[in-house]
Amino acid sequence: MTTNIQPNTNVVFSATDQSQQQARRRRNRLFLAMRYAVLIVLALLFLFPIVWSFLNSIKPPAEALAVPPTYLPTTIVLDNYMELTTFGRIGVVQHVGNSAFVALLTVVGTIVLSTLGGYGFARFEFRGKNIMFIMVLSTLMIPFQSILIPLFVMLSKVNLHNSLFGLALVYITFQLPFGIFLMRNSFLAVPKEIEESALLDGCTSLSVLYRMMLRLVLPGIVTVAIYAFINSWNEFLAALIFMTDQNNFTLPIFLTNVRSGLYGIIDWGALQAGVIVSIIPSLVIFLLLQRYYMNGLMGGAVKS
Amino acid sequence: MTTSLSLQRLSWDQRRKLTGVLFVLPTVLFVVVFFIIPLLMTFGMSFYDWPLFGDHTFVGLQNYTDLAKDRQFLKSIDFTARYTLMITPPIFVLGFILASLVRHNIPGISIFRTIFFMPVVIGLGVSSLLWVWLLNDQVGIINKIMLDLGIVEKAQLFMARPDSAMAVIIISVIWKTVGFTMILLLAGLQAIPDELYESADVDGAGYFQKLRFITLPLMRRTIALALILSVIGSVLSFDQFYIMTGGGPRNSTISVVYWIFNNSFTYFKMGYGAAMSIVLLVVLVLLSAVQFYLLRDNT
Repeated sequence: MTTNIQPNTNVVFSATDQSQQQARRRRNRLFLAMRYAVLIVLALLFLFPIVWSFLNSIKPPAEALAVPPTYLPTTIVLDNYMELTTFGRIGVVQHVGNSAFVALLTVVGTIVLSTLGGYGFARFEFRGKNIMFIMVLSTLMIPFQSILIPLFVMLSKVNLHNSLFGLALVYITFQLPFGIFLMRNSFLAVPKEIEESALLDGCTSLSVLYRMMLRLVLPGIVTVAIYAFINSWNEFLAALIFMTDQNNFTLPIFLTNVRSGLYGIIDWGALQAGVIVSIIPSLVIFLLLQRYYMNGLMGGAVKS
Repeated sequence: MTTSLSLQRLSWDQRRKLTGVLFVLPTVLFVVVFFIIPLLMTFGMSFYDWPLFGDHTFVGLQNYTDLAKDRQFLKSIDFTARYTLMITPPIFVLGFILASLVRHNIPGISIFRTIFFMPVVIGLGVSSLLWVWLLNDQVGIINKIMLDLGIVEKAQLFMARPDSAMAVIIISVIWKTVGFTMILLLAGLQAIPDELYESADVDGAGYFQKLRFITLPLMRRTIALALILSVIGSVLSFDQFYIMTGGGPRNSTISVVYWIFNNSFTYFKMGYGAAMSIVLLVVLVLLSAVQFYLLRDNT
């Protein structure tokens, strides 16, 4: 604790000056305390849905169905999670696997295409380059919701409408405008001299990209990967339309069927267990790689 | 062998050009096959009677004239517009308040930023499944809290009335999306130099004067962006209604995308759905045009 007395200063504070200063300091401290109080209340409100969903998921199944509900679990068990594994015909594991498969395929596809494309758009000159770049980016203006009908018709023609692979192809396309935009900017930020000497030494463009550039644009790649994962893991409408066979349902679609009681009465405990299972991957990735996620938001939205 | 020979005969410049084309080719192919062609097909299909099975027949503008007579379509437009108008102001105002609260780097502030933003990375579908439980009249914790606090006398069936269904869905979507608006506005707030506020303080300006003459004018572009992204998201909403109300009660919460979904994939009137998609697309392109106009570089 510091005191306000400063014996060696040349300035002589009058008594009123000092008390004014003290008053202002006290007021600032009060404001700060109030700010924290408001922040804490709001934070609790924001955490409340997730926390209670989690608490409900670890109740015994019978307690999770109790009317009226209990606030806190009387005993903590993982029965709801176990129950979820045998839900419906197939169980949650298969659906988590479906979602993970689609998400990983989307991530890999988006990274490969965006890196190659971003490098091409950033470093090469060829006819039609600007038109192609504008074409890729302008798809951002068009809502994907408006092209789902022909996509469904197209994919069913080639028997990809009920396939997780087909769904991933669609997701990759939806991720490409952002991926290309971000990777092109990442490559543009790398000084040209770095590759020029290697190119003059006779390295191919692909090996320059692979051996030198990848490391330098890694933050961009991580950002693109995070968005591709979270968006495809969470996507609802396209998965609902394209996946007609229960075996291929992604996690959100499966959970919607749990909720609508398609597998018998609504099992609220199992549903909240499912909600927690689908929240965890996005949340963990976001919390661990927050910096990259925010970079994407700023690079993709604010600067555009 | 011939190709490699001819490749070697190309000059370095020509080879660079070819390499560049090859690098962007996969992306361009994906966008053409899975976006541009479907986009053109949507337009084409909108002139056809196009069932899931069987032949499709050309019907001219029939789908579009049917649209004008489709009372549920008009109701969906009305509902979507009302939903958008009702949810946009609270998201913006709350986003602004949150951004102001987390603006200064006081100890622990990044924890609060993270907490407010967390719901954004949860899918809207999953967050709707979470809220449908929270809001349930029998097993839901919100009714339990309100009963215990004496706010209500008996459990509320929120989804049974159009206005209460709208209200609780709006609350749940605010929870899920307001962090996004907060972060956009926070970036805008932090871009304003502190000196401006300091000199305003010297001049004795109050909070609202600073807000009106410094903060809002300098954040014009960020505010426009936050609002337009929020509006676009609301106009395209589907998940929350499909999951939380199923369009009810009495088809009162069917959004435009929901009605397109029903026609195309429940009734399999895909040509008709395509015509509605075109209407939606025109509205969205206009909104995007407004966005670009507002964000154009004045410098």
